[in-house]
Amino acid sequence: MDIEKKLQLLSERLRYIQDIFGHRKNEHIELLKAKLDEFLKREPNLSHPDKVRELASLEDLFTFQENRLERDLTPMDKVRIVRHPQRICLKDILENVYDNYTEIGGQDEYSIDPSMLIARAYITRRVRGRVHHQPVMVIGQEKGHGQEFRNGGSVKPWGNAKALHYMKVAETENIPIHTYIFTPGSYPIEDYPGAAQQIARNLYEMAALKVPVIAIFSEGGSGGAEAIGMADKRLMLSHGYYSVISPEGAAAIESGIRQGQRAPVEFIENAARNLKITAEDNKRQGYIDRIVPEPPLGARPEHYDFFKLLRQEVISATDEVVLKVRGIKLFRAWALRRRKRMQTMRTDAESLFVRWSLSANAREDLLVRRYQRFAHMSRKAFLDPRSTWKRAHSSAYDLLWSVYSFFRYDMFRKHSKKVRHTVEEVGAEVQYVWDKVLSPVKKVRNMLSKPKALPPEKEQQLTQLSYWEEENGAQDGAWKYVSPKAREDRAITCPNAATHGCLDLWAPDLYGDFAGVCSYCGHHFRMEYHWYLYNVFDANSIYEFNDEIESQNPLDYEGFSQKLEQAKKKTGLKSACKTFEARIDGIQLVVAMLAADFRGGSVGAAEGEKFFRAAERARKKHFPFLAYVHGTAGIRIQEGVNGVIQMPRCTLAVRRYIDAGGLYLVLYDTNSYAGPVASFLGCSPYQFSIRSANIGFAGPGVIKETTGMDIPPDYHKAYSALSRGHIQGIWDRREVRGNLQQALLTMGGRNLYYR
Amino acid sequence: MLDITKLLEELKASPYEEQAIYTPHTGVVTFPELKPGDSVAGVSGTYKEKPGTTLAYIERERNKKSINAQESGEIVALNTELEGQFVEAGQQIATLRHYLSKDEVISIILKQTLYLFPAPERAKYYFTPDIDQKVKASGASAVTVRPGMELLIMSRMKRESPVFYEGPEGVIYAVYFQPNENVDVGEPLFGVCPPDQLSQIEDVVVRVQTEWMERQ
Repeated sequence: MDIEKKLQLLSERLRYIQDIFGHRKNEHIELLKAKLDEFLKREPNLSHPDKVRELASLEDLFTFQENRLERDLTPMDKVRIVRHPQRICLKDILENVYDNYTEIGGQDEYSIDPSMLIARAYITRRVRGRVHHQPVMVIGQEKGHGQEFRNGGSVKPWGNAKALHYMKVAETENIPIHTYIFTPGSYPIEDYPGAAQQIARNLYEMAALKVPVIAIFSEGGSGGAEAIGMADKRLMLSHGYYSVISPEGAAAIESGIRQGQRAPVEFIENAARNLKITAEDNKRQGYIDRIVPEPPLGARPEHYDFFKLLRQEVISATDEVVLKVRGIKLFRAWALRRRKRMQTMRTDAESLFVRWSLSANAREDLLVRRYQRFAHMSRKAFLDPRSTWKRAHSSAYDLLWSVYSFFRYDMFRKHSKKVRHTVEEVGAEVQYVWDKVLSPVKKVRNMLSKPKALPPEKEQQLTQLSYWEEENGAQDGAWKYVSPKAREDRAITCPNAATHGCLDLWAPDLYGDFAGVCSYCGHHFRMEYHWYLYNVFDANSIYEFNDEIESQNPLDYEGFSQKLEQAKKKTGLKSACKTFEARIDGIQLVVAMLAADFRGGSVGAAEGEKFFRAAERARKKHFPFLAYVHGTAGIRIQEGVNGVIQMPRCTLAVRRYIDAGGLYLVLYDTNSYAGPVASFLGCSPYQFSIRSANIGFAGPGVIKETTGMDIPPDYHKAYSALSRGHIQGIWDRREVRGNLQQALLTMGGRNLYYR
Repeated sequence: MLDITKLLEELKASPYEEQAIYTPHTGVVTFPELKPGDSVAGVSGTYKEKPGTTLAYIERERNKKSINAQESGEIVALNTELEGQFVEAGQQIATLRHYLSKDEVISIILKQTLYLFPAPERAKYYFTPDIDQKVKASGASAVTVRPGMELLIMSRMKRESPVFYEGPEGVIYAVYFQPNENVDVGEPLFGVCPPDQLSQIEDVVVRVQTEWMERQ
């Protein structure tokens, strides 16, 4: 290599280092800069051999200092590393880690979404002279090296739809999936198929994807990462980050700045540290399995050794997942375990041969393991002050229900259903023959007798699809719970007054008699969640469970403990989620309610756990499951990945419940945004909204900030969500009880909840 | 025929429009810290979603509402003697002076000089297919209209009927309706300019575009 080229490379290395350390002053960087400048000054006067010698020593100095600087890296430096245009991207990985690949779904800007890259790739192993080609589906966000059209790896909804499509293809072909996560987050637009909806759909499908999925995290930003991140093995690059929100976003929320302004640098550095986003932090918390070490200051496309290592890691990760669920695995599993202990796996993963296609039994086993794996995550991140005796009692209760449910539904029900169906079939045959035989007699009798009139109630029942009884609907303004806002003697203006000409309403009328509904335009004012507890469910039918589970501050986020205490004191709740059993007109159901009063209804580890347990309880008890979302601001950012992980976790619980035959209904009220909507709420086939609610992925401010688009004021309104196909219906608050009952009966069918 | 130059001179002499602000209903009025001469902002945002500067508050039955400026401009007068007093609906509380923008001046001149063809009914209007094609290809000014000409289709409640043009012969200079949007009865659909005045109007428009000084 000639001197010029080497010099250019060195100055590029220096620029990279300066970029990574941002505004921070560092003596090592100063030294490198001084030495390089000095050499550049002296270079024209030096002889060639001198140049070569001095350049070699300069290169050594660079390597030495890079190793030293590596130790000074802060979490925010790592964020800058993954965002750097020189960072490795998925194309580099495809070139260097896989033996052969074909891009699917278009190339570069000529594809439905250039930031999502799909490739059918091969890994070739030579074992004892035989060559084995093993196909994999590689799916991941592609940032490119400074390519504008890739949107920085922010995937649009249709990009995630493309990913889902090819996951299904991989499932059909029975080949493993390797997903590479290089995203700062999803592109927040609601255009069909909708950012939130599509992520929810991806998670729901991935929960039952019957092929091994290996995820490799480089930049994992919240919802965007989860869209392809639910995996059996999760690896992370040592200089990557995996977080609930970008440090800038967290700092903006924490410092309470206005839209369009930038948060102070110290706030951002602090947020990056507080959020515990690095690979080590995530490994410690159990959200990733292994860290793939990168060269000092992060991997760049010229680090070929790193690609070699990454290849070994993905191969052995896939081997491990496959061997775990395989029939014959004894010695190879042992060998893998031994290698892991001896830390030698990185060099000779290819010498061991494991076929990656799975048998039908192994596929089922894979799903069970995936479920268990996510079920155990984040269980240390909430407070469970129950005594040992209480815990034992609750486990025994669960166990008894499992046993009862097995005998009652799986064994007895299956056979009784079969018998009933046979009897029905035979009965219908006999009926037909009998009717034919008796038809002449009937004809004569009909001719002689007059038809009898039905009693009016009977006729009404038979001829009307639904008829409203007196206690349904408005209840003549006699609500069982009256909002405290009704006690104020004041008038309230409807926000639609300017366009609809609504007159001012007197608070006692509005909140007392009209249930918070404007009597001119039907606008629904915000109502406390207690209103629903008393006016929707049967009187005294609510039985709360798991109420001891309490939100806490698992990351020791600065100042968050006090805020939690305040919220607990103000609302009397221990977390934003309340789970209970209740009845509607005698129909028993399990309800998980997210209350907006507690930290905006945000979901953290405690809320996720309660939701998870509620779904499990509904499955064991064979009750329908209602998620009443009084409002949710999304995932609780102060809990970091402990919060984000609730997205795949709760989706798995919901999927298992639905697959077991359950009826899962979601009812949105007020404002519901972000993570929960993009996962365990958005995946329900039956989602309804109370009128005037807002539903979406990201709020208007976030959309403006990330995409630069102004969005119409009604972008997130329930009616827009309905026309985009996000929800299936909009209900009036005064009719919720009747509508829920009707929904349970029609969607659950005669047997309710159980197919 | 209107003297366009004179009209423009008149507009130049008083390049603003005065707007009186009235109370929408009864209540106790309070004023924020504003004084005559202050400039105020009107509604803004792509969807006009951001309200303008608050000019006053009116409170009735413990329901405090703000009265905001609709257009940008300058406060001429503020009836601060009403501060803290109970007033009737329709009481004038402020006067705003809104300086005309180029577009507003052009539209005032056009509305006075052109023949405005009114909508006969509240309905949606479309050009007839052949005219529509012409408009799309080379703009509305390429269409010369004559009395009795079948020009528009009026569409209401799935009933579509032709609209015949009545008025002086000329070219369509301005179109005021949008396809798929209802136009109220009597609202202008388009403005027609006699062929001999066309160059004069174009002249004035160019003059306004180059000469008119915008205050805000």
